[in-house]
Amino acid sequence: MSENDTPKVGADETASPPVQGAAGTKPPLSKERRLQARRRALRTFLLGAGVFGAALSGYLPVAYAQKKRLRPPGALDEKDFLASCIKCGQCVQVCPVQAIKLADLSDGFGVGVPHIDARDQACDFSCDAVQCILACPTGALTYKKPAYMSVRPGAKLANKPILLAKEHDPEPTLNLTERIGVARLTRPESCLAMQGKSFKGQARGPDFKGKLRYMSVDRWKPIKVADHPYDVELCDLCVQACPIKGAITLETVITADGRQRKTPVVHEPCVGCGVCEMICPTEPASIEVLPGEGWRGES
Amino acid sequence: MSAALKRRFVEQIKVMFGAEPQKPALIEERALKVHQLKRMTNKAELAAAKEAHRAREKNHKWRNWRWATLIFVNLLFVVSYHFDIQLLEGALTASRFAGFHLIDLNSALQVMLAHKHIITNLLIGTGTVLVLWILLGGRTFCSWVCPYHFLAEWAEKLHLFLVQKKIVTDTPIDRRWRTVSWVIFALLALVTGYTVYEAISPTGIVSRALIYSSGILAMLWVLALLVFEVFFMRRAWCRYACPIGLTYGVVGIISPLRVKYTLQGCFHEGDCRKVCLVPHVLDTVIKGRAVDTEVPIGPDCTRCGLCVDTCPTGSLKFDIKGLAKLM
Repeated sequence: MSENDTPKVGADETASPPVQGAAGTKPPLSKERRLQARRRALRTFLLGAGVFGAALSGYLPVAYAQKKRLRPPGALDEKDFLASCIKCGQCVQVCPVQAIKLADLSDGFGVGVPHIDARDQACDFSCDAVQCILACPTGALTYKKPAYMSVRPGAKLANKPILLAKEHDPEPTLNLTERIGVARLTRPESCLAMQGKSFKGQARGPDFKGKLRYMSVDRWKPIKVADHPYDVELCDLCVQACPIKGAITLETVITADGRQRKTPVVHEPCVGCGVCEMICPTEPASIEVLPGEGWRGES
Repeated sequence: MSAALKRRFVEQIKVMFGAEPQKPALIEERALKVHQLKRMTNKAELAAAKEAHRAREKNHKWRNWRWATLIFVNLLFVVSYHFDIQLLEGALTASRFAGFHLIDLNSALQVMLAHKHIITNLLIGTGTVLVLWILLGGRTFCSWVCPYHFLAEWAEKLHLFLVQKKIVTDTPIDRRWRTVSWVIFALLALVTGYTVYEAISPTGIVSRALIYSSGILAMLWVLALLVFEVFFMRRAWCRYACPIGLTYGVVGIISPLRVKYTLQGCFHEGDCRKVCLVPHVLDTVIKGRAVDTEVPIGPDCTRCGLCVDTCPTGSLKFDIKGLAKLM
């Protein structure tokens, strides 16, 4: 029985022992053989349970998931996305700014699944055409959802977003129909514009590795944010950096104490790319992208 | 194909699903004659011939080709990404070779079961891989491409060394477990709507770690598997758990490429079974077991070529079905 697995095969070659169940008739097993078989069955069961447990343990982080992750453009809703992603990383390979990263075991079934950490490196659409969607072999990232899948509330974009870098091209739009999140001024108290402050220098300091495409520098090639220092009277970096037309503007508001202040306001065309979060010079960022959120009207 | 070979063909499929190889119930007349003849040969003469054959230098031709292929394929992924040459993009779960979609059958199956929606690219990629591995023999993937197999092969060597030194003992379990685990993973994907298997698949994990240097924690799981294989159970993952091997094995059942055993010159010294990664497929080389004078090795064979390298008499050879007739 275990004859096939023991390395000493050659030894019992000529005097081959009675093979169990040879030619149809089963000779009764000796006590020793019976014990062996029982131990083996027990081991099989234990190892099986172990592998099964290891597989299921992947559920824990999913069950306890607190933090939603930002998915690449065109991602299906979370559950469908996790189900359909084949974890090949082809989206990672085509991204010109390396915004897409693959998750680790601590992310549960998300092991190998792509996500974007906008604060480190946001999707700035440097590729001009959401190539990650084009690269995806399973439709986990898609231009158009299959009809039977519902649209998340507020995910549908009223119009295809116009990419500022392509504004004068014959085809200025991005082929996106749903947003992956929405930007919000989550910490208005720390926002430099709200405080009426100026900003001078590198947006995220000299050590920041993130890249961004500056149309004033090169329409085709993203450069390091650290290589493009700012000097503005009133901080409006998020508005300047936003790659989508009409997604964010600086507006005047009257605060509670009756003073006039400027504040960034996010509008309906926001697709949730995260560039505003990446560029925000305050620490932590005053404006953030809420992954998976929908548009709920201007507030 | 003779009646005995037909019978063996079916039995070998059962062996792939975990049955133990049995003594054949039906042996062709011409094979029986050879068996008879071998029994009458002078034992001392045979033993001397064996020794002479074994004394010759070890041959590692196919092993070296295989390792070179395995490293080349995996390096091609790494190089394609790091130098952006777009030759072989993606990872082993799904990739594109010069623009052609290639999708691992088991990963595709998991995604289809979990997502219950199939798009054209997925079908095309699955189709190309299906054709490729039908031609090459399903489990060729395991020993010629899978990066985990490469690591496990070294772990297995270490394990066998420790067994020889009597430091560890091998504790085999029931091979039928692999079939059970295949069904469990398929059901899990279907019921949970997640590709549960992919979370622990060492093939995907190692492939992504190589290409994207991501998933350090996941590599700890792979390391744990290897440690388990070295100290407790020979080749545990590939033999008893991995559904990829079984999927490809089924695909390769009718593959024209295989290892063929020729009874005539074989001395039955069993060197091949000592090096074989899946020794249950080589039961036919045991004295008196071959059902015909030429017997193709069953579908669970990974076509690793270790037996071909080792066989001192050339009784085991790579063979393409029907090629001999054509030539």
